[in-house]
Amino acid sequence: MTDAPATPVPSGGRRGEPSGDVVLDVTDLVVEFRSGRQRVQAVSGVTFQVRRGETLGLVGESGCGKSTTGRALVQVQPATSGTIDYLGEDLTALSGRRQRELRTKIQMIFQDPISSLNPRRRVKDIVAEPLAIWKHGTKEERATRVRTMLEAVGIDPDSAGDRRPGEFSGGQCQRISIARALMAEPDLLICDEPVSALDVSVQAQILNLLADLKSRFQLTMVFIAHDLAVVKNVSDRVAVMYLGKLVEVAGSDELYEAAAHPYTEALLASIPEPDPDHTSDHKALNGELPSPLNPPSGCRFRTRCPYAQDRCAAEEPPLRELSPGHQVACHFPVGPRAAAAPPESPVPTPPTSSS
Amino acid sequence: MIGRRRGGRTLEFADVGSHDGPLLVVDDLHTAFRTPRGTVRAVDGVSFEVSEGRTLGIVGESGSGKTVLSRSIMGLLPPRDVLRSGTVHFGGHELSAMSETQLRTVWGAELSMIFQDPMTALNPVKRIGTQISESLLLHLDMDKKEARATAIELLRSVGIPSPEERVRWYPFQLSGGMRQRVMIAIALACAPRLVLADEPTTGLDVTVQSQILDLLAELQRERHMAVILVTHDLGVVATRADEIIVMYAGRIVERAPTRTLFRDTKMPYTRALMDSIPRLADPSGARLDAIAGRPPDLVHPPSGCRFAPRCPYARDKCREQDPPLRTVGSPDHVFACWYPLVDGASTAPPVPVTLAAGTAGAAPAAAHPAPGPEAAP
Repeated sequence: MTDAPATPVPSGGRRGEPSGDVVLDVTDLVVEFRSGRQRVQAVSGVTFQVRRGETLGLVGESGCGKSTTGRALVQVQPATSGTIDYLGEDLTALSGRRQRELRTKIQMIFQDPISSLNPRRRVKDIVAEPLAIWKHGTKEERATRVRTMLEAVGIDPDSAGDRRPGEFSGGQCQRISIARALMAEPDLLICDEPVSALDVSVQAQILNLLADLKSRFQLTMVFIAHDLAVVKNVSDRVAVMYLGKLVEVAGSDELYEAAAHPYTEALLASIPEPDPDHTSDHKALNGELPSPLNPPSGCRFRTRCPYAQDRCAAEEPPLRELSPGHQVACHFPVGPRAAAAPPESPVPTPPTSSS
Repeated sequence: MIGRRRGGRTLEFADVGSHDGPLLVVDDLHTAFRTPRGTVRAVDGVSFEVSEGRTLGIVGESGSGKTVLSRSIMGLLPPRDVLRSGTVHFGGHELSAMSETQLRTVWGAELSMIFQDPMTALNPVKRIGTQISESLLLHLDMDKKEARATAIELLRSVGIPSPEERVRWYPFQLSGGMRQRVMIAIALACAPRLVLADEPTTGLDVTVQSQILDLLAELQRERHMAVILVTHDLGVVATRADEIIVMYAGRIVERAPTRTLFRDTKMPYTRALMDSIPRLADPSGARLDAIAGRPPDLVHPPSGCRFAPRCPYARDKCREQDPPLRTVGSPDHVFACWYPLVDGASTAPPVPVTLAAGTAGAAPAAAHPAPGPEAAP
C-alpha cells in the first residue's frame, strides 16, 4: 500500500504525529444493518488507532457511518466483523460481566442533550446512576461525588440537583450529560456530535469545557462531528469518513494546510467563515451522499468528485500513506504533495486547488 | 422558469411593486407574552427597514428574540396572551393592522417564510407535490394540471433530481437537505417579494448548509427577492447579507452594513459572537473565547445594558443606564453601548482594583484615548 517513498513532513514532531500507547485499536470494522431483505453496510472496513491522551476527530456528512462507528466503540451497536481492541482486549469477542466492566471505561455523550436525559428524573439521580449501577460507595459518598462532578462541569449542584432536565437549556443539559459520562471514571470518551445542536456561543463553552475536563481527568477522546472547523479545534488528529470508509487521516493542522482528498477539500470549503471577504480556495460539493445500499464502484466519492477519472470507477483506492501520519484513499490526491504521489499514475494530476 | 402569473387573482395587493421606499418597514415593534411567571418581553422596541432585493441578516443567541421577531413580522403569533405594539409596513400596507383573513392573501404570495425544521414544517401525510401546489392553486388560480407542472419545475429549480418522480414522494422519503429544498420551493412558488428564512440550515450538515444557502442566493438574484436570514451563526451571514442586525435580549444592539460590522465592530457582544466561532485558520487546540453565562431572563431583564452582566468591559454606568441606539460617524452603523470598541479595544475607563464586577468605579480620568463617542448622542 505504501508503494511510494513518503515525502518527509516539513515540520516534524508537530501536533498530530501519533505518540503514546495505543488505547484503542480498531481493525477492519464492519457494521451492517438489515433493510428488508438487503443488507446495508454503514461502516465498511474501517481501521484506525487512538493513542493515550489524544483526541481523534471523526468527521463526515450525515449517513457516512461516523456515529455508527462511535456506537460500535461503546458496544451499543454490535460489530458485524472486525475487531475493536481496547488495551489488548477485543471488545467484540467479550460477553457478560467483562464486557459490562469494560463499558464503564468507554463512555459516550450524545448529540441531542435533551433527549439523552430522562425527563422524569432529577439531575442528581441521573448523574449518580453510573455509580448506583455499580453500587460504588455509600449513598453519601455518591452524593459527594455528584456534587464535585456537577461543579466540574459548571452546574451549581445546590440549585440544579433537585430539578429535572426540562428546566435546563440545551447547553446545560449537555453539561449534565458530560457529568454523567465522567462519573464512571472512563478512560475513553466518545463524543457524538456533542455541540451540533447548540448555538455557537454555547458551543464554544462546551468545547472549552471538554478541553478542560480532558486534561483534568486525563481522558482520551474520539470526537465525532460534521463541522471540520469544530473538529479541528478539539482534535489532535482527524479521520475523514465518506460512505462507510475512511478517506483521509492526518494531524489536524496538516489536514487543513494540505488536504489531499477532494472530499476533505469540499468539507473545508463548506465551512461558513465569519469573514465577509472570505472566498474559499476549495471546491464546493454538489449532490448528496449516494445510497449505501448500492455504493458506487471503485472510489465511493467519484460520483461527486470534480477530479474523477476512469480509473476511479474501476479501482478502489486503498488508504495509503502520503507522508508520515498522513493517509489518503485517493488515486489522484490534490494539494502540494500530489507531485510525490505514486508515479504509476499515467493521468496527469488534476490542477491543484488547495493552497 | 416560473413566471409571476397574476392573471385571475383577486388581491388588492397587486400594486406592491409601485410603492416607493423600503419594501419592509418595522417600527418600534414590541411583542410580549403573558406567562404564569410574568410578562416575557421577547421583542422590545425593534425598528429596521429592508429594501427590495436586499438581504438582511438577523443574528442572536437562542432567547434573543430573533424567532419571535420574524413571527411578529409575519403575523404568526398565538391569538391569546400576546401583547404587541408598533407597526410593520410591507409594500406600503400595514401588515400589523391586518386580520388573519387579509394576511392569508399575503402569506405565500408576497411574503413567505422558510422554517427551521423542515420535518415538522412539512405535512408528513401529503405528497410534496400537493404541498407545493397548494399556494399555486390558492393564489395564482392555476388549474391542477398547471399547478403540477409548475411544482415539477419548482422542484427542478431547487435542484431536486428527477422531479417528475419526486413530486409524488412524501417528506419522510427525503433527506433533511432535500426537505429544506422542498420548503424553499414552497416558499418561492408564488414568487414572493420577501422571504423570511428562520435558521434555514440549522441542523443540516455543513456541506448541505452551503448548498442550501447558495441555492437561496441564486434564486434571490434571479427573482430580485428580498431575504431576511435569521441565524445564530455570524459565519452564515458574513458572506451573504448586505446588512446585519445583532439582537440581544429582545433588542437590536448593533446594526451595520456587513463589511462595516466585521471591520469596525462597536458592540462587545457582536465581537464576542464572532470570537466564539472556531476558525479553521487557528491552530488546533486553540482556546475559544466563549461568552460566559447565558442570555438574561426576559421576565426580569437586568437594569442598564442587558449585556452588562456578561460583558468583560462593563462599568457602573453600564449597569445603571440603558444605552440608547446611536451612531458615530456613519449613519448606517448604529449600536447600543456606552463604551464602544475602537479598533477592537474597549473605550471603557479602567477599573481601579481588578475586573471584579461591582467595584465602585470612581472611574479616574481615562487612560484610553476616549470615552469620546460617549458625547455623541
